[in-house]
Amino acid sequence: MIPVPHFGAIWVYLAGTPLLGLTLTLFAYLIAQRIYAACRFNPLANPVLIAVAIVVVVLETSGTAYETYFDGAQFVHFLLGPATVALALPLYRQLPNLGRLALPIFASLAAGSLTAIVSAVSVATLLGASRQSIASLAPKSATTPIAMAVAKEIGGVPSLTAVLVITTGVFGAVAARGILNLLHVTEVEARGFALGVASHGIGTARAFQVSEDMGAFAGLGMGLNGIFTAFVVPVLLPVLSRLL
Amino acid sequence: MLAALATLLVFQCLGEGLSYLFHIPAPGPVVGMLLLLAYLGLRPASVAALEATALELLRHLSLLFVPAGVGIMVSASALRGDVVPVVLSVAISTTLAITVTALVMRAMLRRQRGPSDKTGERA
Repeated sequence: MIPVPHFGAIWVYLAGTPLLGLTLTLFAYLIAQRIYAACRFNPLANPVLIAVAIVVVVLETSGTAYETYFDGAQFVHFLLGPATVALALPLYRQLPNLGRLALPIFASLAAGSLTAIVSAVSVATLLGASRQSIASLAPKSATTPIAMAVAKEIGGVPSLTAVLVITTGVFGAVAARGILNLLHVTEVEARGFALGVASHGIGTARAFQVSEDMGAFAGLGMGLNGIFTAFVVPVLLPVLSRLL
Repeated sequence: MLAALATLLVFQCLGEGLSYLFHIPAPGPVVGMLLLLAYLGLRPASVAALEATALELLRHLSLLFVPAGVGIMVSASALRGDVVPVVLSVAISTTLAITVTALVMRAMLRRQRGPSDKTGERA
């Protein structure tokens, strides 16, 4: 008689290969997309938030370590690099807009990006956060690969920064509609650009959900703020920590 | 599709290489994006070959954040006692950043266009 292996044994075997982490990530994302669609793309049903929650619950209940999971999930994570390069295409399409609206775009980029950095560092400092937490927090509005690289440079913890960047993205994607309606901002350019500057790729994904135009402006905001943050945070953080 | 993906990776490699070689503070993929943007400006014909793949990759941008987001399992402990300050900081600063960006953009747009012309669409 062939012994029937215990379910746990199969899990342990599969968890040892990259297959499980990859499958789990894609499945959780597909379920999250379904839920998002079922909620008629309400920003509260943010797909990143739901997918992360599903994966964390599965890993915690099965006692699987994050490192084991990441062995498989790294293939998805890796695509953030090419996806960042791919942003050149929507940006290229926006070049005529960039020329026409250069002044509004660069003025609001500088104002919004500096607000994000200075307010994040100030609030955390005033509430007594450690130097390391503050350094991990400072680049949080930039897209993940940029923020992680900046955090490493200024003495933060890149893996913590990744989580804070995603928290920022989810918070912005969920809250932007309410904030912008409260301010009576109706211009598509301003709504999209604000989403991209404040909450990078997750805000951009949310903006594309509303309309392609809004998505393009969000993509522009994310790309420009990524570059702006990468150059400004390493210079600004030492100045801020001396002042605060 | 494969050729387009290869092109994206080539530009990422170029970006990583230049960033490392010249100690550019911006990370490799961002330098790669700028190089690709410059290349598209010089050769607009290549847009058609890359666009479908690039947009498909960006359509699932949310998916790419999931593995790093799950990292909350381990990196939350790096926060130690700083959970409350950090969470409050994220919420307050993201709200302020959205507010300031949108208001400055709107003010500048209105100045540029004149007060009469408003476009309306809601998120």
